[in-house]
Amino acid sequence: MTDTAPVVIVGGGHNGLVCAAYLARAGRRVIVLEAADQVGGAAVTREFAPGFRVSSGAHLLYALDPVVVRDLKLASHGLGFARSGLCTVSLGAGEPLVLNGTEVLAGEVSAADRAAFGEYVARQRRFGALLARQRGRIPARLGAGFSVVRLFALRANNRTTENPAPMLLDLLRLGRADVRELLRTGTMPIFDLLDDRLANPQLKGALALDGVLGAKLGPRSGQSFFTSLQRAGAYALPRGGMGTVTGALAVAARAAGADIRVSSPVARFAVRGDRVAGVVLESGEEIAASAVVSNADPKTTFLQLLGARHLDAEFARRLLNFRSLGCAAKLHLALDALPDFRGVPADRVGERLIVAPDLAYVESAFNPAKYREFSPAPVLEITIPSLHDPGLAPRGKHVLSAVVQYAPYDLAAGWESGRHALEKATLDVLARYAPAIRERVIAAQLLTPVDLEREFRITGGHWHHGELALDQYMMLRPVPGAARYAAPIGGLFLCGAGSHPGGGVMGSAGRNAARVVLGEVRG
Amino acid sequence: MSIPREHYLQAVFPTPFHARTAAANTLNVWHRWRDYTVADAYFDVALEYTALRNACTVFDLSPMTKHRITGPDALAFMNRLVTRDVAKLKPGRVGYAVWCDDAGQVVDDGTIFHLRDHVYRLCSQERQLDWLLGSALGFDVSIVEETHDVAALALQGPTSCAVLKRLGLAEIETLAPFGMRSYGFEACELLVSRTGFTGDLGYELWIDPEQATRLWDRLFDVGQVVGLKPMGTLALEMSRIEAGFIQAGVDFLPADRAIRAERTRSPFELDLEWLVDFGKGPFTGRRALLEEKARGSRHRLVKLDVEGNKPAKDAFIYDRRRRNVGVVTSAMWSPAAKANIALASVQMPFGAPGDELWAEIYYQKELKWSRFMARCTVVEGAFFNPARRRAQPAADF
Amino acid sequence: MTRYDVIVVGAGHNGLTTAAFLAKAGLKVLVLERNPWIGGAAVSRELHPGWIYSNCSYVCSLLRPEIYRGLDLARHGLQIAPYGGGLTFTRDGDFIGGYVDKDVRRREYARHHERDADAYLRYSRDTMRQCRFIRSLLMRTPPDPVSFRPRDLREMLYLGREFAKLGESTMADTLRFYSMSIADYLAEYFESDIVKAHHAGSGIIGTALGVQSPGTAYVLLHHYMGDVDGQVGSWGFARGGMGAVSKAIAGALVANGGEVRADAPVARILVRDGAACGVALGNGDEYYADRIVSSVDPKRTFLGLLDPHDLPADIVRKAREFKSRGSSGKLNIALDGLPSFPALGRGHPLVAGDMHFLDTLERFERAYDDWKAGTWSKDPYLDLLIPSLTDPTMAPPGKHFMSVFVQYVPHQIEGRAWTDADRAAFRETVFDQIARYSPDFRRLVLHAEVRTPQELDSEVGLTEGNIFQGELTFDQLFFNRPFPGYAQYRGPLRGLWMCGSATHPGGGVMAAPGANAAREILRDLRRPGTVPEGWSDD
Repeated sequence: MTDTAPVVIVGGGHNGLVCAAYLARAGRRVIVLEAADQVGGAAVTREFAPGFRVSSGAHLLYALDPVVVRDLKLASHGLGFARSGLCTVSLGAGEPLVLNGTEVLAGEVSAADRAAFGEYVARQRRFGALLARQRGRIPARLGAGFSVVRLFALRANNRTTENPAPMLLDLLRLGRADVRELLRTGTMPIFDLLDDRLANPQLKGALALDGVLGAKLGPRSGQSFFTSLQRAGAYALPRGGMGTVTGALAVAARAAGADIRVSSPVARFAVRGDRVAGVVLESGEEIAASAVVSNADPKTTFLQLLGARHLDAEFARRLLNFRSLGCAAKLHLALDALPDFRGVPADRVGERLIVAPDLAYVESAFNPAKYREFSPAPVLEITIPSLHDPGLAPRGKHVLSAVVQYAPYDLAAGWESGRHALEKATLDVLARYAPAIRERVIAAQLLTPVDLEREFRITGGHWHHGELALDQYMMLRPVPGAARYAAPIGGLFLCGAGSHPGGGVMGSAGRNAARVVLGEVRG
Repeated sequence: MSIPREHYLQAVFPTPFHARTAAANTLNVWHRWRDYTVADAYFDVALEYTALRNACTVFDLSPMTKHRITGPDALAFMNRLVTRDVAKLKPGRVGYAVWCDDAGQVVDDGTIFHLRDHVYRLCSQERQLDWLLGSALGFDVSIVEETHDVAALALQGPTSCAVLKRLGLAEIETLAPFGMRSYGFEACELLVSRTGFTGDLGYELWIDPEQATRLWDRLFDVGQVVGLKPMGTLALEMSRIEAGFIQAGVDFLPADRAIRAERTRSPFELDLEWLVDFGKGPFTGRRALLEEKARGSRHRLVKLDVEGNKPAKDAFIYDRRRRNVGVVTSAMWSPAAKANIALASVQMPFGAPGDELWAEIYYQKELKWSRFMARCTVVEGAFFNPARRRAQPAADF
Repeated sequence: MTRYDVIVVGAGHNGLTTAAFLAKAGLKVLVLERNPWIGGAAVSRELHPGWIYSNCSYVCSLLRPEIYRGLDLARHGLQIAPYGGGLTFTRDGDFIGGYVDKDVRRREYARHHERDADAYLRYSRDTMRQCRFIRSLLMRTPPDPVSFRPRDLREMLYLGREFAKLGESTMADTLRFYSMSIADYLAEYFESDIVKAHHAGSGIIGTALGVQSPGTAYVLLHHYMGDVDGQVGSWGFARGGMGAVSKAIAGALVANGGEVRADAPVARILVRDGAACGVALGNGDEYYADRIVSSVDPKRTFLGLLDPHDLPADIVRKAREFKSRGSSGKLNIALDGLPSFPALGRGHPLVAGDMHFLDTLERFERAYDDWKAGTWSKDPYLDLLIPSLTDPTMAPPGKHFMSVFVQYVPHQIEGRAWTDADRAAFRETVFDQIARYSPDFRRLVLHAEVRTPQELDSEVGLTEGNIFQGELTFDQLFFNRPFPGYAQYRGPLRGLWMCGSATHPGGGVMAAPGANAAREILRDLRRPGTVPEGWSDD
């Protein structure tokens, strides 16, 4: 290893690219090694049927770090939006509900419920904003540095890192009543909160969806309210799909001098003495590095690329216990024409359509997941991006993208047979709301967590790399001892969704990691 | 071992030697050692101790926890587990070792027997299967507990080599300390290692439980003329303190059993720095121990020569200004060293050689309790360390 | 009409404890109880001639030893007899035994799974670390986390110090522990389903959550943090049934000059000028006092005994949203003899322990699904004990009393009240479960009392039948119990106090809420304290 050795970033997902761009901007030599033949990780736009392209992983943008967008000038590097500020249209037995921010735009909702809904969403957004402010911070260290006295010992040059004081200041700003409410509701089932304050079943179902999407939780599971806080943002569709975001990031990184190599799968890290000193590609090529930053998920990073033998035993055990089995699938449909969604006006079909008609429906969809079965009637989050972004499908045709929940990674019956059954179940549910949809389908692709694991090299196929729950949050993410981006071995850093603040296309983890690699902050 | 559903009817098992130890136990005092009973004493603790230092004794250590570690990665695994470099332990050699948790705190100590290539036996105080299997992640090894499959007898004392010679073990005197050798015994394998917990010349004999009583009988057949006696745990405890050996649960709290933080000790804090090899590659606790080395330890374990003759059992240790700086973990009057000895855990920086320390001793004579402050001297090396322990070839007495 | 210094509403163990400590401080105290008997959910009742049923709570561990000693309960006749271990039957005719002897227990676990037998030590260690932390908070008033009053800051500092004392790794484990599910917690230690199932019950007892729901790991502590004579995690029987606990506390109260009146249902708490000043009974009698302490749950207190117009609006809402869903029921059974359990063979020592019948986590979770659907579990979790094997006072010689705790059982069946037919079907479900493992059980039944959450509500006064007077999830624990901002035993009106299990540290026959409330009241009165501080664990 020499000082002139580059920083090698393993994985060209959005966080890896963000990290690369920041490091390159700071004058580091950076090489990004991506296993696939295009960058982007799970934030990519792929052709799944001739002429039909779709965001393969995440399909809605709601938490992209604005600092990253600004610092890396993503707009000038090609990031544009086909549509932002999507409403939510909740499909149900009757007239669909249309929700926008704190307002109910359409649907049979009482005045009392409208007011309670507004209050509920406003509170959720205040809490969500508090969490969003933590995204750009490096989690505080537990232990010796954590004492009540230290809480207030703000260090001028390093305000955001060594202690939880900035977070306490955020809490102070939130105000007494809200802090009380946050401390009470933070661990609650979203079911209880909705049931306490709202009457309309469809409204409750729609809000419950945010509490369980991407998580292995039902509305009655503890912490489902916390999950919903992660999504308390506005939804947007990047023009050209999610691949545009990572495309822009790649342009920004290259512009800053980063060397991005695709089709370069890394086999393992090269360890010299106490340090990770480089990487060995599957081709056998070895690249020396002054630092290796892993955009891969924590289990892949530590147990496959590094190897457990380089880790302390308890740390390795914690990693094994990192809950990382995905529970959501992705369905992509190529449609020869736009199907009619019953009761949804034409100008609303392009919004975020959801199938979560009431709490009981969502809870029943969750039940089978507990026994390693998929939902016979799944919960869905649907987008038809081609309505806003005609380039994604041939003229007059459309692409439908749906998150299908619940689809446990470790399906008892196995995904070999499960895939077709779930695809059928999902189409059955879609057909309830869009009766003619089956006739419109030209091609379909269902990505189960097992496919996501294989396609995107995410152990367990979890789109956040691991459950984004309180026991895996902030200083506990992915595990204590690696929560500040630096691994417990020299020369290795994490920058993926397995680190704070987790998944969703944010880029914050990549930016935070870059600051640690650059030594701005002690890891 | 398949365990019957009714095992609870017999909460405590007899060891493979029980038929003989029970017959020899004239005092009928027993001590529970996990699944088994072992004799605390057979006829008189002082006389058993004397027999050990003067002739030789057998001690039934069958309940000692034993694990067998095999497989292509056995060495790599052992090196990840313990702090010392196991690569230096050649087949046929035995090594004392400690292993640590991530924080560099000692989980347990034990001995590693390198039986042959890719095969190790690990003997330890505590059950370790969960820890060992947890540490085996990423290694191609098989780990099984074999406590019940191997009977073990410690034969210790100056005439112990003579007993084995008389048993017909060829060239046993050439076996070096911490060496082991396999012999035939009644058509089965008898493994002999020159190891022990007494700090004296001695051996440990490992054999199929089926042959245990036969071995006992043969040893006494040939050993009585050189003074062989059975010895219980109380006399063993005396000898191990004289040898300066530490005991889990007495001189340190095993880290994997600790409820309270900061009650545990690192190898440095147990005077075991010699067992830590930073040059060998990764092992659990390495990072923490490197930090401790840079930062300094919190405690140290010292051997004390205590003024007077009153054992300093459980005594608090004070510095010259009468500040409490530590506590005695093991103490006794040593018949062999003719000294009042103690092991104590002392806060840093106290306990450097030459430091003035005081032990607060409570003792009673005919129910009259007295207290006095005894001056202590920090000493280095074992309290009792006879040349015969290391002699090569081993002498007959 | 006599004036009192303090009137306590409800003669459960907490109400009596508050009253006893206040009486000990020299205050004139009256406790009013609705039922013709005292004890609330800590009662012994002869519901079948010759048999004494602990017909609500049935075992004792959490009762704080500081209170035991502080009220001299031994002198007032309370005797706790520890019982030995427990077991879980498996469907294949075997069982796993939690023997008291640690080596026998290890061997027993090893019989099922060798590594899990060893991992149990790690599990016990980590769980004990959590117990030790929480035990340091039981006999204290929770701080208000958003207050800057010196006392709250001091208590926050204490909390921070206790937390920091855990050390880095245990601090992380503690944060995780409080937000995990019992299923995930157990998975970090055990590989075999049977060992996990054997330990899972403690995570859901009395809780309206399934084993996979975050928040259930914490509930475990309410079954491990107690002790019998210093044996942390050990459980015992109160000799003479759980009524012996209330009887002894009432004895201490009376010995200190206090008064208890049974059959005196409080209909209203009287409020004058924004302050609680007395109570009115159902028969119209009124009693006055400077301080009214409610030991009943917040829903009954704020939505029943008080007029909403006398209360701040937020309190009414908080009380409405307070979670006290019933999730368990009970069968109390008089037996003509000791039932046999073929899996165990004759004379097995664990028959005197707690017996369970769910051998996989999936069965636990499915049991919860039934509750979610509005009915009792068709394959329920049972915590079955035969107290008469340990305590000869519970049944005639040769006969036995069997106490069967059942989970999950809803407060209402699909939204309607329980009918006699429901109760009979529920009883059969439980009987079937037991009879599968004990063929002669049904033949021995002389009498069985069926208690659903509905009976716990109407008879004991636990709203919706929640045995903890309110669920033990983080949103209702510590400074959130019963409501944020009202966790210091002080009610929303002057002169109004709370001392029931709905206050910190919560349910189980612990008496700590009652004691802590008494301490706060005495502090407020600037009287010398009579309530002991918690004993150190170090």
